[in-house]
Amino acid sequence: MLGNLTWAAIPFDQPLPLYATGAVGIVILAVLGLVTVKGWWPYLWRDWLTSVDHKRIGAMYLILGLVMLLRGYSDAIMMRTQQAIAVGDAQGYLPPDHYDQIFSAHGTIMIFFVAMPLVIGLMNFVVPLQLGVRDVAFPVLNSVSFWLTASGALLVNVSLVVGNFARTGWMGYPPLSGLAYSPGEGVDYYLWPLQISGIGTLLTGVNFVTTILKLRAPGMIYFRMPVFCWTALAANMLIIAAFPILTATFVMLLLDRYVGMHFFTNDAGGNQMMYVNLFWAWGHPEVYILILPAFGVFSEVVATFSGKGLFSYRSMVLATLGICILSFTVWLHHFFTMGAGADVNAFFGIMSAIIAVPTGVKIFNWLFTLFRGRIVFTTPILFAIGFMVTFVIGGMTGVLLAVPPVDFVLHNSVFLVAHFHNVIIGGVVFGALAGYNYWFPKAFGFTLDERWGKASFWCWLVGFYLAFMPLYVLGLMGMTRRLEHIPDPGWQPLLLVAEVGAIVIFLGILCQIAQLYVSIRTREVRRDLTGDPWNARTLEWSTSSPPPPYNFAVLPRVETIDAFWEMKRRGVAAVEPAYETIEMPRNSPIGFVIAFFAVIAGFSAIWHIWWLVILGLLAIAVTVLTFGWSENREREVPAADVARMERARLGLGRPA
Amino acid sequence: MTIATIDAVSAERVRGRGGGGPAPTRIVVAYGFWIFILSDIVMFSGLFAAYAVLSGNTAGGPTGSELFNLRNVFIETMCLLFSSYTCGLGALSAERRQQARFLVFAVLTFVLGAAFLFIEISEFAGMVSKGAGPSRSGFLSGFFTLVGMHGAHVTGGLVWLVYMVAQVIVKGLRPHVLRRLLCWSLFWHALDIIWIGVLTLVYLMGAG
Repeated sequence: MLGNLTWAAIPFDQPLPLYATGAVGIVILAVLGLVTVKGWWPYLWRDWLTSVDHKRIGAMYLILGLVMLLRGYSDAIMMRTQQAIAVGDAQGYLPPDHYDQIFSAHGTIMIFFVAMPLVIGLMNFVVPLQLGVRDVAFPVLNSVSFWLTASGALLVNVSLVVGNFARTGWMGYPPLSGLAYSPGEGVDYYLWPLQISGIGTLLTGVNFVTTILKLRAPGMIYFRMPVFCWTALAANMLIIAAFPILTATFVMLLLDRYVGMHFFTNDAGGNQMMYVNLFWAWGHPEVYILILPAFGVFSEVVATFSGKGLFSYRSMVLATLGICILSFTVWLHHFFTMGAGADVNAFFGIMSAIIAVPTGVKIFNWLFTLFRGRIVFTTPILFAIGFMVTFVIGGMTGVLLAVPPVDFVLHNSVFLVAHFHNVIIGGVVFGALAGYNYWFPKAFGFTLDERWGKASFWCWLVGFYLAFMPLYVLGLMGMTRRLEHIPDPGWQPLLLVAEVGAIVIFLGILCQIAQLYVSIRTREVRRDLTGDPWNARTLEWSTSSPPPPYNFAVLPRVETIDAFWEMKRRGVAAVEPAYETIEMPRNSPIGFVIAFFAVIAGFSAIWHIWWLVILGLLAIAVTVLTFGWSENREREVPAADVARMERARLGLGRPA
Repeated sequence: MTIATIDAVSAERVRGRGGGGPAPTRIVVAYGFWIFILSDIVMFSGLFAAYAVLSGNTAGGPTGSELFNLRNVFIETMCLLFSSYTCGLGALSAERRQQARFLVFAVLTFVLGAAFLFIEISEFAGMVSKGAGPSRSGFLSGFFTLVGMHGAHVTGGLVWLVYMVAQVIVKGLRPHVLRRLLCWSLFWHALDIIWIGVLTLVYLMGAG
């Protein structure tokens, strides 16, 4: 009846995960209780859970990413602490089985449920506004994407309480991840959530490429698009070209595990290196899916706070597209040690070094934008400058690792761990935090507190250097990654420094929470009434903060790049346009319902409860078919309402 | 020049470079669906690559030349290709709002697609009964997954076709139904493209 699910799946004998989940459970119950007591459910359901508004969905992605950041961070501090104390005779506090689950969960969550939601959330919020349109191409599909991502995150976290997570690392390499060496539900807790959220991500890719290529304000030719939209376009094209490879690869591994096929097994003609190749044929473009939008954020932030147009817009666009294409030609550098031979390794080594060229072009573009600009040192630009310094270091260690002979020495050492954290924290996380600080006033109508914001920046920056620079050194000293016990006492001092760094990063996270709290408390004095708190350049700042549901009462006409800057320079005519009735998509519970059943189907598949899997899939099919029959998907905002909202925002008073 | 003419001129100048404002729904939907199909083809390319890697790994089991029956495969291929032809004729009838003709072609498409599936399933059943199931060897895992994934898409396409016929009967050939029909026929033609790959890489190269 319940497949492999028994009471033994609940870890009653392990106090640590049990207490942790108990605490999380209490928090969740408290939140749900509060929402019930306050009677917020109708509001939540109507304005958020069923919303198809790209701004709301973007905000929900960011909330998901930031909450999951706390989960991923707890894994990180647990690992750091174990490595700092489990030296020599001491065994630390984490048994190997638990430790292995923690490093697997840390990687999986940070990539798929922190970094991805953060960048996709920013793209959701910003792209339609920057393009000067009212929503994405397929708003309901957008909601489906978000809820599928959230389902995946939920399922991964269920493994805290019910059963175990994978012990294979976040890449899940076979044969270790095959049935022979990983029986039980661990790897399935890795595969099914990623399949579910992967479908969501793919649909996001389809949605945004269509939006950017087909829905832009009149006059916005390609070379007038803001750079963030270009990077979003490149990232989403990469999603379309890369995520299906991951889906196919996981299908094969699932078939190996569930029906005894032989794609990646040791026996009967399986080939493990095929998994590694396919995984990284997705995995390397994935790195650029994350970093390109961050580059876009920095381009906007640097231009805005320098008070200048971006230096050499065209080379920036070309560099973005160059990276987009080159990202598919470097995947083998993740496993030079495979033994592919000198020719193959040389090719991929050279390609990996070449990809640093367009990245370098971008760095110089930002530097020349700052040069002789009137720089306003706000939190976003601090993150941007911190990024430039940090990312250059990460890029250089990357080029070092791209040299195959060097890689043979450093492969799977903590030097590598330091390198990719260097580019992902220094690049993606700093980018996401810069974007969060930059666009928050647009999303919620009031600015974030600068003092707490700057404090969080300095904690993140200093904490990052303290936590990861020692790992470079330790890697050169021969320390490999994923050690549950440290054999060499000589490594302990540096590991203690890294521990301190991780704690400083936590202070940065605390500062951000404080920043949010303080800003909400003092929101009345920090209202953004102009819609343009930074004297910015692109179209999202030309509407009110927060924007009305329809974004723009009249679609803006675009004549140049930095369209809003040009409008301000010319002086916007204070003529009230003739408002027209606006057609907007209706709210839809489809995304939430599909995700609900996807969680049920995914959970049942993990535990082999086949009747429930079939029921869940049938329910999804019925939901989709029901939606496919409907036609009345738009609602109209009457011209009178538009006029009322616009007059209110422009302070023109009621219409006569 | 008046402002209106300047506007018209500049609008004309940028339209060719994508500056004409948001595209109409029909274009957006079809374009988005095209991109979805592209992603589906990328997914298949992963399975094709896996099959190509594993096709020689028979682990002492049967090989392609022992298992494949090119006569059946030929009939199968003809069913699918002709179903695409009838699908195209159906799409033309739908564009001309000829509902009865459309329904005839839809039924023909369904029958041809179902025949394709029937042949494929009996091929699979025959192989399994000979002890050449998907867990026999890496080669057969790759074969069943690649060909089976295409078959699963054909099955999905047939279910979708029935659903679209129901919409046409109940609602008639209205614009939003036509848009969905357009997506369906794009999907059905794409399955042909993938099948040509399967036919070449799996059957023609494997039977030799």
